[in-house]
Amino acid sequence: MLSKRLLATLFVFMLLFLAACGTTNTDQADAKEKKAEPTDLILATTTSTQDSGLLNVLLPIFEEENNVKVKTIAVGTGQALEMGTKGEADVLLVHAPKSEEELVTSGDAINRKRVMYNDFILVGPKDNPASVNGEDINAAFKTISESKANFVTRGDDSGTHKKELGIWTAVNIQPAGDTYISTGQGMGASLQIANEKNGYILTDRATWLAQEKNLTNLQIVVEGGKDLKNIYHVMQVNPEKHDMVNSKDAEKFVDFMVSSETQDVIESFGKKDYGQSLFFKYTE
Amino acid sequence: MELIIDGFRKAIEMILTGDREIFEITWLTLRVCFMAIFISSLIGLPLGMLLGLTRFKGRKIILTFINIGMGLPPVVAGLWISMLLWRSGPLGHLQLLYSPTAIVMAQVLVSLPIVTGLTSSAFQQINEKMLLQIKALGATKIQTILILLKQTKIAIVASVMAGFGRVIAEVGAAMMVGGNIQGDTRILTTSIVMEVSKGNFDVALAISFILLTVALLITAALTLLQQRKRVS
Repeated sequence: MLSKRLLATLFVFMLLFLAACGTTNTDQADAKEKKAEPTDLILATTTSTQDSGLLNVLLPIFEEENNVKVKTIAVGTGQALEMGTKGEADVLLVHAPKSEEELVTSGDAINRKRVMYNDFILVGPKDNPASVNGEDINAAFKTISESKANFVTRGDDSGTHKKELGIWTAVNIQPAGDTYISTGQGMGASLQIANEKNGYILTDRATWLAQEKNLTNLQIVVEGGKDLKNIYHVMQVNPEKHDMVNSKDAEKFVDFMVSSETQDVIESFGKKDYGQSLFFKYTE
Repeated sequence: MELIIDGFRKAIEMILTGDREIFEITWLTLRVCFMAIFISSLIGLPLGMLLGLTRFKGRKIILTFINIGMGLPPVVAGLWISMLLWRSGPLGHLQLLYSPTAIVMAQVLVSLPIVTGLTSSAFQQINEKMLLQIKALGATKIQTILILLKQTKIAIVASVMAGFGRVIAEVGAAMMVGGNIQGDTRILTTSIVMEVSKGNFDVALAISFILLTVALLITAALTLLQQRKRVS
């Protein structure tokens, strides 16, 4: 039998070695960002701003100007807002005005500014099993529900999901049953599921345009109408309520998003690839 | 079928043209996985040895927990590490969430039980009589350990390989604690998930081929090491 003491000593050595390795790891990370030690800014946002590619255009400009490293966490609006309430993010870029106001009221978010808008659209199977046509969105939801056609929902508390639930409430229908498919995933993944399952789905136009080429089974069935406006706001997480928040850079980010140069970039984004803007300027 | 060929072509193209981003993502994947498996081996191998060779009170309970841990779902590990690292969590002041270090922590959590568990079963297989014989021949403790390590080499390398397989395939935890941040915590598996959700199936497939190639090369190297004839 081996001596326990020897093994224990060995184990302690291993741990010491491990501790040493831990430091080298951080050293490497530091060396990588040695340029001028940019500060980290955690941006919690929706999948649409990342999946459309908008952030890939905007963030490098902001990072360059302010020597900040923006860490984008692309989740649904629900989770982004939750990260705000818990102080896990520094700045939010989301699109669920009602829920956002709650955050401002509760004091978790400050400096909330309108940034841009695009619109929600209803897409559905090309053979249109529920025979929905260009009518207004409420009527379309009713028709789909009555005809028992598949309806795909993100079901993830995202801005789009919240919008969809708002419409169901407006027409007094509680969606349920086998034809109401809840994916619990982001917009892109949900669109693909709708494509496979022959379902109708509410989506933001940016993600739709970016993915249209893969969604051969789907087409736009309802669009336009002022009810479908999809408004994005940017806001800071309140540093007085959450002490680890990087409020200096968060404030710069809010200013950056509403500056006229950035607004021009936002509006011109996507014109080359899609022949139309994916987002429109919309400051107050 | 066409898509697979497209993906394959894209993968080759990405490698040949030296796509900077894919290179960085692959490099980060390797760094993170190696660091994780290195730490897991560093702790897991001696711990497994200890649990395999000695008998003490509470040993069975520890072994039970390690065996459960071998099947620990990565998302659970991800959630636990996230909660630990949240700004509001106990280690929040370290600001580690959404960093490669956080990914390493989650991967250690899922691979450590595998390395420990498999190592301990290898050492439990050692014949008691051989231990006695080694002792009888007057080996020092260090010598004894070296002899035992030689005896169990195949199983030890297998345990490291199994652990490595776990970390390089891992996606749920890496997504949660890393956040898939471009140029920072985006690794091969999380990029595949993201590209799929963006509808870029060809890019996703291309990355999957790169991931498979990397895994294949490393596993092959370890297998060679494992099957090498004894030198002495």
